[in-house]
Amino acid sequence: MTTRDGLAEKHCAVSGIGQSDVGRRLGRDPLELTLDACYAAVADAGLTPADIDGLSTYPGGMAVPKGFTGASAYETLDAMRLEVNWFDSGVETSGQLGSVMKACMAIGAGMADHVLCFRSVWEGSAQGAGGRASLGPGGGQGGTIYAGDFQQWMLPFGSAGAPIWVALFAQAHMQRYGTTPEQLAQIALNARRNAGLNPKAIYRDPMTLEDYFNSRMITTPLRLFDCDVPCDGATAFVVSRRALAEDLAKPPVYIEAMGAALHDRPSWDQLRDLTRTVGADAAAQMWSRTTLTPADVDIAEIYDGFSYLTMLWLEALGLCGTGESGAFVEGGTRIALDGSLPLNTAGGQLSAGRLHGYGFFHEACVQLRGEGGARQVATRPKVAAVAAGGGNTCGCFLLSTEA
Amino acid sequence: MTEPSTLVVLPVLTERNRHFWQGGAQGHLTFLRCQTCGYYLHPPIPVCPVDQSKDLKPEAVSGRATLASYSVNHHPWLPGFELPYVVALVEIPEQPALRLTTNLVNCPLDEIEIGMALRVVFRHFEDPGGDVWLPLFEPDGDRP
Repeated sequence: MTTRDGLAEKHCAVSGIGQSDVGRRLGRDPLELTLDACYAAVADAGLTPADIDGLSTYPGGMAVPKGFTGASAYETLDAMRLEVNWFDSGVETSGQLGSVMKACMAIGAGMADHVLCFRSVWEGSAQGAGGRASLGPGGGQGGTIYAGDFQQWMLPFGSAGAPIWVALFAQAHMQRYGTTPEQLAQIALNARRNAGLNPKAIYRDPMTLEDYFNSRMITTPLRLFDCDVPCDGATAFVVSRRALAEDLAKPPVYIEAMGAALHDRPSWDQLRDLTRTVGADAAAQMWSRTTLTPADVDIAEIYDGFSYLTMLWLEALGLCGTGESGAFVEGGTRIALDGSLPLNTAGGQLSAGRLHGYGFFHEACVQLRGEGGARQVATRPKVAAVAAGGGNTCGCFLLSTEA
Repeated sequence: MTEPSTLVVLPVLTERNRHFWQGGAQGHLTFLRCQTCGYYLHPPIPVCPVDQSKDLKPEAVSGRATLASYSVNHHPWLPGFELPYVVALVEIPEQPALRLTTNLVNCPLDEIEIGMALRVVFRHFEDPGGDVWLPLFEPDGDRP
């Protein structure tokens, strides 16, 4: 058994957070958005770029899908003229927040003291007026296209991406546990309610259950309002060595525990159990690294690339029982801002924009610091569960106001 | 009948996957199987993860399956795919959690039921790179 001091995250705290403008289609240089977020996070910590000695990002440079990444590690290192002792990027990791875990490990290993972490997207502008379908592999001209690698098992059957893969999981959950469309709707309704209090959220108009059911069916049981909204924006954090963070500008948000485990096949259709994701493995690892328990969690900021993924994470994190996420969110009162477990307090990716994992971590820090403004949870939260990703790419954190 | 679909998505054939995509020529759903421990490898890889054997050969299975999950897709992700179409996850009885992502065909939407018995039916595509037989699944009327 590793001692507490042997755990990398026990040496780490979030010292600064930053976020660029966020919009459906800003039409701005994605590197500018990235730098806006990065410089804001550094300044928020009371540091200067000269203090930053590490950098970590997800996913790093990628040409496709278009808009999936706004800046590579190299571009950002160069644009900020950083001099780092450690840096890393990569898409094959434990969800988008795998990059933040690597930052913690770098600090725990003595490779760096202040690591800048960022995630930058410009999917809104990249997709343009054609929306998500414009990024599909078809191109609209007919003929034959060829799918290699893992896509060969999906695309020939029109299983064209995560909405369908997640819909298959959701359908299995509904069948096995009796989860209802009305229960699933609560994830989207709660997100929209909270987005109304977030000035940076993309969709802020109230949504009713009727609105939800009137939204068009994408792929059963997922409707348009079960799918997150592509956007432009960047989010950044400075993860610092604890001893140093305590002397900086803002009260530190302590990283209590993290989980990265993957004990099932990294696949969308060969999982042992379709109603469980590898998030359960990551969560179990996270809980094994802390004396806190699910009962200590005050707020949950949980990935909602698709509404059903939030339900799965609630179960994986032990915030409700296995198969019981439907009943847990029923009616929406428990997960509301004034409920026993406020969920996705900034509006999630469903209504505030697909900042892709980093938005949840950012909002957890905002709430723990008491900087949430109109959407601040009234009884100041002390412990936040943060989870990002789905399917075969999952990671989670427990953040705390106390060391 | 006019072909509404002009777009076809086919797998890139390789030495590793050819048995799977061309097994339909003989009417067989075919998986790579470890000859020492009997494990089916899907997707196919060069070494058995159970016993590290490299003695692997394609073998036909029964072609039967059960419906593990499905989604009726209404969104035009791929031009030329007639909407709606049913994406299915089917489980092959020969090995637990051995599944295929495929299409459910010849089944009215209101008769779809998770757990229903299915059988493979192949759709043949001619292609200069090598013909392909996509394994699709339909209700197996011979079984409850």
